[in-house]
Amino acid sequence: MAVIRTVRTGAWRVVELITTPVVPADYLDVIAPLRNARVLRAKIDAVRPETETSVTLVLRPGRGWVRHEPGQYVRVGVDVDGVRQWRSYSITSAPERRDGRFTITVNAVPDGLVSTHLVRRAKRGMIVHLDVPTGEFLLDRPRPAKALFVTAGSGITPVMGMLRSALHELSDVVVVHSAGTREAVVFGSELRALAAEGRIRLIERHTRTDGRLKPADLDELVPDLFERRTWACGPNEMLDDLETHWADAEAGHLLRTERFRPTLISSAGGGTVTFSQSGTVVETDGSEPLLDSGEAAGVLMPSGCRMGICFSCVLPLREGAVRDLRDGQLTVAEPGDNIPIQTCISAAAGPCKIDL
Amino acid sequence: MTTIQRKKANPVAHLTPEDIEQIGIELDAIRDEVMGSRGENDAAYIRRVIAWQRGLELGSRGVLLFSLFPPAWLVGTAGLTVAKILENMEIGHNIMHGQWDWMRDPKIHSTKWEWDHASPAEQWKHSHNELHHTYTNVVGRDNDLGYGIMRVDEDQKWHPMHLGQPLWNFVNACLFEYGIAAYDLELGKNLATKERRRDPKFRAGLRKVRNKIGKQVLKDYVVHPALSGPSFLHTIAANATANVIRNLWSHSVIMCGHFPNGVETFEKTSIEGETRGEWYLRQMLGSANISGSRAMHLMTGNLSHQIEHHLFPDMPSNRYKEIAPRIQDLFQRYGLSYTSGPLPKQVASAWYKVIRLSLPNRGEAAVRRPVEKKAPAVSTRWRRVQPATPAAELAGTP
Repeated sequence: MAVIRTVRTGAWRVVELITTPVVPADYLDVIAPLRNARVLRAKIDAVRPETETSVTLVLRPGRGWVRHEPGQYVRVGVDVDGVRQWRSYSITSAPERRDGRFTITVNAVPDGLVSTHLVRRAKRGMIVHLDVPTGEFLLDRPRPAKALFVTAGSGITPVMGMLRSALHELSDVVVVHSAGTREAVVFGSELRALAAEGRIRLIERHTRTDGRLKPADLDELVPDLFERRTWACGPNEMLDDLETHWADAEAGHLLRTERFRPTLISSAGGGTVTFSQSGTVVETDGSEPLLDSGEAAGVLMPSGCRMGICFSCVLPLREGAVRDLRDGQLTVAEPGDNIPIQTCISAAAGPCKIDL
Repeated sequence: MTTIQRKKANPVAHLTPEDIEQIGIELDAIRDEVMGSRGENDAAYIRRVIAWQRGLELGSRGVLLFSLFPPAWLVGTAGLTVAKILENMEIGHNIMHGQWDWMRDPKIHSTKWEWDHASPAEQWKHSHNELHHTYTNVVGRDNDLGYGIMRVDEDQKWHPMHLGQPLWNFVNACLFEYGIAAYDLELGKNLATKERRRDPKFRAGLRKVRNKIGKQVLKDYVVHPALSGPSFLHTIAANATANVIRNLWSHSVIMCGHFPNGVETFEKTSIEGETRGEWYLRQMLGSANISGSRAMHLMTGNLSHQIEHHLFPDMPSNRYKEIAPRIQDLFQRYGLSYTSGPLPKQVASAWYKVIRLSLPNRGEAAVRRPVEKKAPAVSTRWRRVQPATPAAELAGTP
């Protein structure tokens, strides 16, 4: 065995020498982009329209993918106008699929760079980049006797993933879902079919005609509200309201929420900069390069030309927003992102976290 | 040439400080326009060039497996030479400049790229991007002026050693990639004293270069020849030929960038407290273009647009061509000379300078004027006269 291993590593070294300075995988990527275990990618196998503004993408992940838990999301990297943009999408399929494929459902939001791109331009055969599935918005084990799901808009997506994989283990399920109109309900026909079969109790709220759902409405709609385990996903205001309502009833432990935290961008510029490795925290204004702020606080910053041309000062922005001091261009990183920025010509445009 | 500060006829005497800042404002506007319009087509361009180059390299090396047969040797060597030139010039040089960082593709990024060259990317980026591009043509600051082994400016002190510089230059041209590696290590300076030789930073750099060269040599002179079996020696010869032609080509292109007649140099003290406009002006005067066809631009890695490249080193190389007429117009409006010429003329001009300056200066005292010394000051090259207008458009939230 040891001999075989030695021969194999030796042979691999020779292959690496054949392709140096690039790695053999760079050549492999051209013909088989899903075979590279170091760079996780997926091929779009099918695109299915859901509503006028949403589509479901069937993705075939490449090597390196791990099975998800119902309710988890995946970060997807898509090249939009030449720039790789990463966004999180809930997985809407059950994890048990034999073929290893999974689905995400994308709702085009106004001004949403990536969601609009995917809804308009995603095609069968397209390659997207992936991260492994993650998220804590999960069903408990053992399964609760009574469950309630409160969702709005695309907040139905993680819940759909849960229903599709675990509904047979749940006996008493109520889904309260809000959407602008009846037609705008993502997975509308599937939910209604489940309700017709008596497998869930579905309460649809069409906010364009009925107005927004208030937590107090829930007391009437679901009389045994606080006897249920509740999962909620939707706009932040809705989740805030629900959390208050559950806390007031001293039932906070029964509620789980999944929310998207938008990056804070201060129009005046400036913000708290955290250098995550050194633990240094600096208050900056919007006119000073991050390089200067960091150095002034005693952080050992890499630096070079100090005018934006040499790229020696590049550091990863992990969270937050920075503004290019030359042309005012914003760069926004969401949790999980890792965007290299030039610190010598970038200033904070809100709280941000730098990996140094 | 003599530094601009000592020349009798100063070519920028007619420009007021306001003019110089105005030049900066106009150049910033051109920059913003092009950088703001980078998109899918540009991304497709660099990916296409990379795919094409890799195909060509793989194909040529495949043909060279049969290099025993003269036609295969010729075709394979020619293909490999072109592939190596493309890899160094249009791909490696430009990616390591950060020209493609905006795509946020970790595979095509200045922080990750390694090239088919003796000098490791990290060291080259320091000496090239940081030192050469910031201090372009400043005597005593920009070591690209003669690479520390030649005298290419009247204001560099003559030494009898310089008599041999036409020969050094030729040897350096043939072994250019190793010359660059030695240069990036600052080998001359660092070998000079025992203390410097023992400096751990220098030793670490040396180790990296040794590893890099080791891999490069194994690849070109052991592994690929061995794969070609009976063609072993022929493949060695083919790979060596490709490397030498690539070296001669890149050396020629680089000489054309800053050595031909018409290019200006600058005094060390003249850049104290340099403003953005002044930095731009120095780049305009310190670089020279090569005129030619699209193929010429591609094979020089668009360093044929050396002036545009020095103004905007991080602009994608495929865009230099479109801004060149506007840059030329700017030169004309401000009464500056845009140095450009065909490759043979520029190469000859640069070689003439190398030969002429191997001898001491003659009667230069008459044309020189005393240098106005500037007091030390912090430079503000990043700061625009007109501050940036915050862009309303967000980088996007889902």
